[in-house]
Amino acid sequence: MRPLDLSLKKRNMKNNKLKITNPKIIIMSGYGLNCEEETKFAFDSAGAKENIVADIVHINDLIAKPKMLSQYQILVFPGGFSYGDDTGSGKAYANKFKNHLAKELAEFLSRDTLAIGICNGFQIMTNLGILPGALAQNKNGQYIDRWVDLEIPASAQASAWLRGIKKISLPIAHGEGRYVIDPKRKPSASYGAGKKETSVIAFKYVKGKICKFQNLEENPNGSDFGIAGVLAYNGRVLGLMPHPERGMFSFQNPTWYQNKKVPKQGAGFQVFKNAINYFKK
Amino acid sequence: MISRIYVSPKKVSSRADSYLIDSKLSRHKIEQLAQALTNPILESFCIDKLSNIKDFSYAIEIGFLPGVTDNVGHTVKEIASDLLHLKKSDNFAVYTSKIFFVSGTKEHAQKIALTLYNPLIERAKIVPVKNKKIHLKAEIPKVVLKKRKPVINVDLEVSEEELIKIGKEGILDNGKEQKRRGPLALDLPSMQTIAEHFRKLKRDPTDIELESLAQTWSEHCKHTIFANPIDDIKDGLYKTYIKGATNLIRAKKQKKGRLAPSKGGDFCVSVFSDNAGGIIFDENYLIIHKVETHNSPSALDPFGGAITGIVGVNRDTIGFGLGAKPVANTYGFCFGNPNETKPLFRNKDLKNEMLLPVRIMQGVIKGINVGGNCSGIPTLSGFIKFDDRYRGKPLVFAGTVGLIPRNLPASGGIRRSYEKKARAGDYIVIVGGRVGLDGIHGATFSSVTLDSNSPAAAVQIGDPITQKKLSDAIVKEARDKNLYNSITDNGAGGISCSVAEMAKEVCLPAGRQGGAKISLEKVPLKYPGLQPWEIWISESQERMTLAVPKQKWKTFQKLMESRGVEATVIGEFTNSGKIVVEYGNKKVMDLDMEFLHDGLPKQQLFTSPQPSPKGRENPLPSGGGRGGLNGILENLLADKNISGFSFISEQYDHEVQASSVLKPLSGPGRINTDAQVFRPVLNSNKGVVLSSATYPFYGDISTYHMAACALDTAIRNIVAAGGTLSHLAILDNFCWCSSDDPRRLGQLVETVKACYDSAVAYGTPFISGKDSMFNDFKGYDEKGNPVSISIPPTLLISAIGVMPNLYKTVSPEFKKDGDIIYLLGETNDEQGVPKVNLEKNLKTYLALEKTIQKELVASSISVTSGGLAIAVAKACVGGMLGCNISTQIAPKALSVDAKLFSESQGRILVSVAPKNIKQFEKIMKGISFTKLGKVEKSGKIIITDGSLKLIDTNVKKLHKIYHSFSEKMRKHI
Repeated sequence: MRPLDLSLKKRNMKNNKLKITNPKIIIMSGYGLNCEEETKFAFDSAGAKENIVADIVHINDLIAKPKMLSQYQILVFPGGFSYGDDTGSGKAYANKFKNHLAKELAEFLSRDTLAIGICNGFQIMTNLGILPGALAQNKNGQYIDRWVDLEIPASAQASAWLRGIKKISLPIAHGEGRYVIDPKRKPSASYGAGKKETSVIAFKYVKGKICKFQNLEENPNGSDFGIAGVLAYNGRVLGLMPHPERGMFSFQNPTWYQNKKVPKQGAGFQVFKNAINYFKK
Repeated sequence: MISRIYVSPKKVSSRADSYLIDSKLSRHKIEQLAQALTNPILESFCIDKLSNIKDFSYAIEIGFLPGVTDNVGHTVKEIASDLLHLKKSDNFAVYTSKIFFVSGTKEHAQKIALTLYNPLIERAKIVPVKNKKIHLKAEIPKVVLKKRKPVINVDLEVSEEELIKIGKEGILDNGKEQKRRGPLALDLPSMQTIAEHFRKLKRDPTDIELESLAQTWSEHCKHTIFANPIDDIKDGLYKTYIKGATNLIRAKKQKKGRLAPSKGGDFCVSVFSDNAGGIIFDENYLIIHKVETHNSPSALDPFGGAITGIVGVNRDTIGFGLGAKPVANTYGFCFGNPNETKPLFRNKDLKNEMLLPVRIMQGVIKGINVGGNCSGIPTLSGFIKFDDRYRGKPLVFAGTVGLIPRNLPASGGIRRSYEKKARAGDYIVIVGGRVGLDGIHGATFSSVTLDSNSPAAAVQIGDPITQKKLSDAIVKEARDKNLYNSITDNGAGGISCSVAEMAKEVCLPAGRQGGAKISLEKVPLKYPGLQPWEIWISESQERMTLAVPKQKWKTFQKLMESRGVEATVIGEFTNSGKIVVEYGNKKVMDLDMEFLHDGLPKQQLFTSPQPSPKGRENPLPSGGGRGGLNGILENLLADKNISGFSFISEQYDHEVQASSVLKPLSGPGRINTDAQVFRPVLNSNKGVVLSSATYPFYGDISTYHMAACALDTAIRNIVAAGGTLSHLAILDNFCWCSSDDPRRLGQLVETVKACYDSAVAYGTPFISGKDSMFNDFKGYDEKGNPVSISIPPTLLISAIGVMPNLYKTVSPEFKKDGDIIYLLGETNDEQGVPKVNLEKNLKTYLALEKTIQKELVASSISVTSGGLAIAVAKACVGGMLGCNISTQIAPKALSVDAKLFSESQGRILVSVAPKNIKQFEKIMKGISFTKLGKVEKSGKIIITDGSLKLIDTNVKKLHKIYHSFSEKMRKHI
């Protein structure tokens, strides 16, 4: 894949920060992405007080009206199976996005915006080149659906997406989720430091509540350094394999049946709430 | 020009992907494309020559045979078109293949190749690695069809023998080889009826007319065995017992007035009339369900058969009413013994080898995986069974649950989502995939025995992404924009069946029939050269047929185009009462709707007494065998028909759509649940609960009791998870064998009668069903001796219920130290086939429902195969807890074996927190129940009978045993 040209001249961030209190959210769809509805539900629930209603936009509609992207503050690549993972997960969708929307994407990222890629969305983002590394086939060669425990390294906790979250349990469901580091951008607490934008590890698989509960391996797919998600653009762009939108309610967690008397809200909620709160300043 | 792009992983060097490209692209453009196909962190590419292959001596290339669906190829074409701005008219074809490198001799490579490909759909090529390089010839697997006379007339004024031959083996092709085209599956009376019809018309039928009749009249489409009179049952089995039960139950419910389902009101909305059955979910939505089988194709190409099965039944949902959204998939597998190594052949000359059960299992599991996962539909509910008699024909059940708003926006108001009618003058529009030779004679093929005449072209491979695009465009957009009047799936029989079905709905004054006029040359094809009859009946996948009003066509077309979905007008619906098909302005078919739909002669069927029951082998070695009762329990728990199958459950995405409530695997010990709960509408607290049950082994003794047990278990599983009988519907899937044998028909009648009795007793209506009546195999063993294998008659009952409050769902595993364990229901000495006591069980289920609604129950698991001991073992393993229980079960005269292992129906093992037992027992008053003992955190599992210690083991050991089969199978997949 050819690298994406993001060399658009950066404007002064401070001047560029528009006074937006309610962000507009665009959730991409089409060609086999399939988690757009529950992801919209997650954003809409988190933004219920603000009457936020996220837009699901088919990639072909965005290609037809590329300027549309400039009206949004949060860009979402949801999970799914774009192009059936053919030729490698996320590749074909990223190609299409790049072929038609590279300029608009660069413009979007140059503003004080947020972006998230979940599962297939993360795979798309790495193929777009806006997040480092790549996602390869799970070490056991199989698709896997289970819950995992995640830890957020201190350096990532300042991210707009991750404020107030130190540990979280969420489900994964993927065949190509093994994170492989980009040898040119070695991971450290400040993954990618020295590049124009800072990239850091957002999530690491750890042995926590779920793994202990069901006696599961902590790193489900053999990811390098147990990486489950990464951040770039000073914490504004997040990619992760686990699905926060599938953890919006406590009953979704496998431990719920042990003790149903817990708050109804699930841990995934905070990720979406954080994104909306980011613009309230 | 032909070029080849190789993409190989940087780290693992034992394989590579190959893209053979036939185009006029420059080298530079090919390189651009290669770049787009390569992730630079993980992979590197080469063009035309693959070099730097280390440490290997041979390369095996596995590619598709010409014409077989190449999904990756489709994607590469889309990538290239987008990247290089290719036009539709530009020649660009891509053929993908996989390359595996092996070391050792050529013989070794050949041996490995055999395990890598299926000769029915794939080809294998072995080339040596020379100087670290391989050179693969650029052979294009393009479909080239010989020029043939497009339409032939078939002379039916021939001998009876010839009529039989045409019906069985097909129309004689006009080529030099004088080959038959493949089964019409029309018997002599049907052939004679057709001959008579055309005699009156004073002409011969064309081949396309005959093929069309064969499709519409096939067992697969007309369900003749269920429709025809049998013995003294004049209206046939379906109308009398299946529909009969539903009608009776609905009438009883309707008598109570218009009540909510939870208050006992009728909840059926669209049953037996559409692609799936629809019931009320809440005031805004309907929930629909359909379960299909895809047995014969899965025997030939397990992956293709299974994926086509699941995406096919998804289309039944998309084709329900004006289009429902698939919200859950279900599956069920019956395979031969996975350890089987003896080969079977379809031909006497030991060619055409049947795949071994383990290969079939691998492929089928993967097919359901890819079909569900790629479509973003959670695969929630399923089971797996093994028996040597599924060696010749595996059973592959695939089901889908759908969701549709009850009302849809329409111009100037609303329209009911479950009502649809094509109108005369509407365009007939095909959307989705293109037509090829795949799936020719699928409908007629599935109505016959699997043998050497089975057509390879009947194999299809589903393309979930093409379908996902189509599904989203229809269900999420076109439907709510009111752009069409009717929609149906192209399944069996292709457009010949879908168009004829829709023409039947055309709204006209009484006495007049709708019709259709089609121009077949307009149908988009995968490759040129198809004959009209092939286009007409091809079952190429991922297509739907719609009735689009002329004035809405432009809008519809534009929408489809913007979603990457091909849509084509192929004709229009008429009021002529005829199906008229043209090909290049020449009329090739002109059939009366009446004859097409109702011309099939009714035939009286007869049964003879059932074969004397063989009796099920007592699963228990007398006296306990080695290891005593502990040993029996452990052996049962390790049995592949009882143990866990997490190796399947965890590779199916059951969390997508964020709806899962009770998952396929539950508790710290991850046991497979018997019922699953999900939430289809994210802002509603209502849940949908699913379960299924089948007991093919009981059928060896009595098919009546087999059916009663399946129904009882499916319903019990639902209630045990927190579902309610008042809002519960069921589906039937009959998989039978040798259905021309009066004894097998006798067993069928018994089964259907049991379905009626049980459904009526529980008030649970049938809403949809399906049958597959000839699951027989005829072939040869390795010595050339003839072998015939028939499946055991198999009835699958699926149940679907709506739960008022998903927060009340109960999971099966024990929860807490000190919880009290109860057994609900009566235990009898039933280690053969249990008999169901409908009246008593109903009371038990209603009482259990009440205690669950009051949140008194901590865990609840149905007692099924393996009896009480297995239920206890599963509840312990699930919770990773022990228990101490005493089997003081009435009647006292029961043997120890019966107490532990009897499979009496109607029983549920529950645990209740000590603070709730008083209230629990009060509600259970009048119900047969036994207080067995306590849950214990020690992990010890102790079962005593008086002073006798029957079972003494521990949960860690049983956990290992429960998952041992799954761990073994994990290595095979």
